[in-house]
Amino acid sequence: MLTAQFLLLGAVLFCIGVYGVLARKNAVMVLMSIELILNSVNLNLLAFSVRHGSVDGNTFALYIIAIAAAEVGVGLAMVLLIYRNRRTIALDDLSEMKG
Amino acid sequence: MLAAEATAEIHASTGWFLENAWVIPIIPAVAFVLIIFFGKKMPMKGSEFGVASMLASLVLAVGAAWQWIQRVDGVSHAAHSAVEEGAHHAAPFVGPIIREWTWWQSGGFEFGIGQHIDGLALTLLVVVAFISSLVQIYSLEYLRGDRRYTHFFAALTLFSAGMLCMVLAPNMVQLILGWEIMGLCSFMLIGHWWEEEANSRAALKAFFTVRVGDMGLLIGTGILFFSANNWTQANLGVSGFNISGLSAWAMSGDASQSALTWGAVALFVACIGKSGQFPLHTWLPDAMAGPTPVSSLLHSSTMVVAGVFLVGRLYPVFWEGMKIGDTNINFIVLIGGITIVIAALLAFVQHDIKKVLAYSTVSQLGYMMLGLGAGAWLPAIFHIFTHAFFKACLFLAAGSVSHSGSHHSFDMKKDMGGLAKKMPITATTWIISTLALAGVFPLAGFFSKDEIIDNVGHNGYTAFMIVGLSGAFLTAAYMTRATYLTFFGEARGAAAGEHHDEHDAHAAHVDHGAHDTHGAHDAHGDHGDHGPHESPKLITIPLIILAALALVAGLANATPFGSNWENFKKYVEPSSEYVMVESAVASGPGESIVVPAAEEGAKKEGCAVVAPEEGMACYFPTVSHAKFKWSKAALSLFIVAVGLVSSWLFCVQYYTRRNRRLVGLTERNTVLRGGYKLLWNKYYLDALYEKVIVRAVAYPIARAAYWFNQNVLDGIVNAAGKISRRVAGWVYRNIDQRVVDGAVNGSGAAARGTGGALRPVQSGKVNQYGALLFAAAAIGALILVIINT
Repeated sequence: MLTAQFLLLGAVLFCIGVYGVLARKNAVMVLMSIELILNSVNLNLLAFSVRHGSVDGNTFALYIIAIAAAEVGVGLAMVLLIYRNRRTIALDDLSEMKG
Repeated sequence: MLAAEATAEIHASTGWFLENAWVIPIIPAVAFVLIIFFGKKMPMKGSEFGVASMLASLVLAVGAAWQWIQRVDGVSHAAHSAVEEGAHHAAPFVGPIIREWTWWQSGGFEFGIGQHIDGLALTLLVVVAFISSLVQIYSLEYLRGDRRYTHFFAALTLFSAGMLCMVLAPNMVQLILGWEIMGLCSFMLIGHWWEEEANSRAALKAFFTVRVGDMGLLIGTGILFFSANNWTQANLGVSGFNISGLSAWAMSGDASQSALTWGAVALFVACIGKSGQFPLHTWLPDAMAGPTPVSSLLHSSTMVVAGVFLVGRLYPVFWEGMKIGDTNINFIVLIGGITIVIAALLAFVQHDIKKVLAYSTVSQLGYMMLGLGAGAWLPAIFHIFTHAFFKACLFLAAGSVSHSGSHHSFDMKKDMGGLAKKMPITATTWIISTLALAGVFPLAGFFSKDEIIDNVGHNGYTAFMIVGLSGAFLTAAYMTRATYLTFFGEARGAAAGEHHDEHDAHAAHVDHGAHDTHGAHDAHGDHGDHGPHESPKLITIPLIILAALALVAGLANATPFGSNWENFKKYVEPSSEYVMVESAVASGPGESIVVPAAEEGAKKEGCAVVAPEEGMACYFPTVSHAKFKWSKAALSLFIVAVGLVSSWLFCVQYYTRRNRRLVGLTERNTVLRGGYKLLWNKYYLDALYEKVIVRAVAYPIARAAYWFNQNVLDGIVNAAGKISRRVAGWVYRNIDQRVVDGAVNGSGAAARGTGGALRPVQSGKVNQYGALLFAAAAIGALILVIINT
């Protein structure tokens, strides 16, 4: 039952994360939401890892933590540059890629 | 006699130096890399690495030789006490120290690398390391100021690494590796002063001529491998490249005679090329274009004996393949005998002191081959040993003369004469070595050369014994001529203090790239002495050491003084004892050699007479040794004396007194003129190779290739051009214009349509993209769930 509770927590976190990504206008908030999603995935992996008694999930989780750190580093750097050029980080104003 | 008593287990001693002899070639190889990368930055321009590595190798080689002597002593002592006196007809078997690692694997074949240490390998190891050390020390002075000083030492060191690697090769693959490294270094060092065209031509000639022979090495190795591999794998558990495996296979009686014969012939062709035997000897005299230390090390004492070494190393193969045991003339004896005489005759007409020595080397190599071909294994190997010392000494002395006596000239007739007074040390060492080469009694050459001649006669090759004796006469005579022209008589040219102007010097000595050392020579002018003088210590000390060895090296196997003096026979000659199969392969500390019982009867005959039984192997044929007799020695000494004296008298009459009856005789007498012309043109062999063979091969091929090019290839190209033009026109009109363009335009229109349709999706809003992503992921997850339930 413990596993189910972990999975439930993971699902809740995931949903919060997805909501944040879709609804927030602030780029930093979006990045934070992405972190939430990644960590919810970590939670799932660890839960299954405990359940099956193998260390594969733990290994994956470690990888994901490392990748998340890198991703946030890149993302924040981009946000910083955007702020320097535009004096804003509102995502609505950044629509140059409009086709 | 009970079997248990008869089979004595003898523990052969070993030691660190013997176990790790494979380090010996590694040291100069590492030094080579160091010289190449750091040599120019070092205070002595890299030469310190070379000299130090050679001295280190020498120490290791001497240590190994010392432990080998202990090992042989231990085994023979134990054998004598364990087995009844008289039961042994041959020396007890002392196992070589064989270690092998896998080098690489290919197609199920395993190629090993390692060491095979026995008396023969150790003899060569010590000689090569020793001469290399002395020659490198000599070169410190001789090449001082040379523009490629560092590269010279690098190549010299690499050469030593290659030779040492070849000498301790446990299999044919490593042997070929070392053999080819030596060939490469020989090429680099002959062409050291490649700015002169003659030098680079000589380097190429040496390389290509030896290459012709090297084909035989590969073919012979291949023949032997494919015919021996099954046998050696089954009986000894080693591959068909393994030298002891090949030896045992050749002696086993299971080997196919034709494979043995053709393998031996092919390998001997390689030896002909490398060891300058007739008819491929022509490269060796030209190789004198290299610096003198190179001639001394590579082209007299070490590299050129590689062929002799190969025959000695795989002696069972040659013994069985060439049927050396019979007294019929075989290939090796024939080539050796011819080489002795033709090379010795050529030495008479040379003006260049180094070329005299080069032909002398060829002739002495002929002696070694003659000995090996006639079953005189030990004297031939012993001759390698003694010859190395006195011939290296002669070359270094010639270098000393040109360095300090004759203004970098090697021309005996133009620039030498009367140098004995000016250069006493050089002259003394030269004369000692000359007498040793001629074979005067207590000097080194007597013991080895006389043994060869004696054993050749003893083994039934009477005609070749006469060839050997006449060779001894010729050797004494031409060396006397060279000595007289160089050190006695009146001084001529540079030896008389005449200074060539720069241009003349180049014209006269174009062969030797003398200009490179002119910078060094100009320093002599500072103390106002342009004339000949004694060389500095770095040159004379190696000379003195080598001359001392030329005096005493023969005592290492002095047969006339009884069997106690025959150290080479005891420590170097492999035993022809039958051995249990395992003992020769196993190695390592505590290895036990099982000496099987020598039963009465058939086994008394020894290897090579009766094939070994199941589970036994032979590694060396039984060779007989001639009993030394003073009467026979007296004959050869008399012949040598006649050669020395008659040649001396002739030289005095001809070169100094200018006796009218002798001078110009070659112009007046038709027979002599013909002979002189034949010799002067080196039997027209060079002309034969270059004008006839190369032209016959190259010109028709060139013409045929030109015709083929003009008619066939051009025709094909032109036709192809025309056809492709027509095809291209049709393709342009039909395929390109209609199909391809249609497709391109159509895809463009399609892309534009879909782009327009999908355009609204690219809103530029990150949140929308995210929403699409998650929606897609959610749909995907839903589908997965539906499928799996």
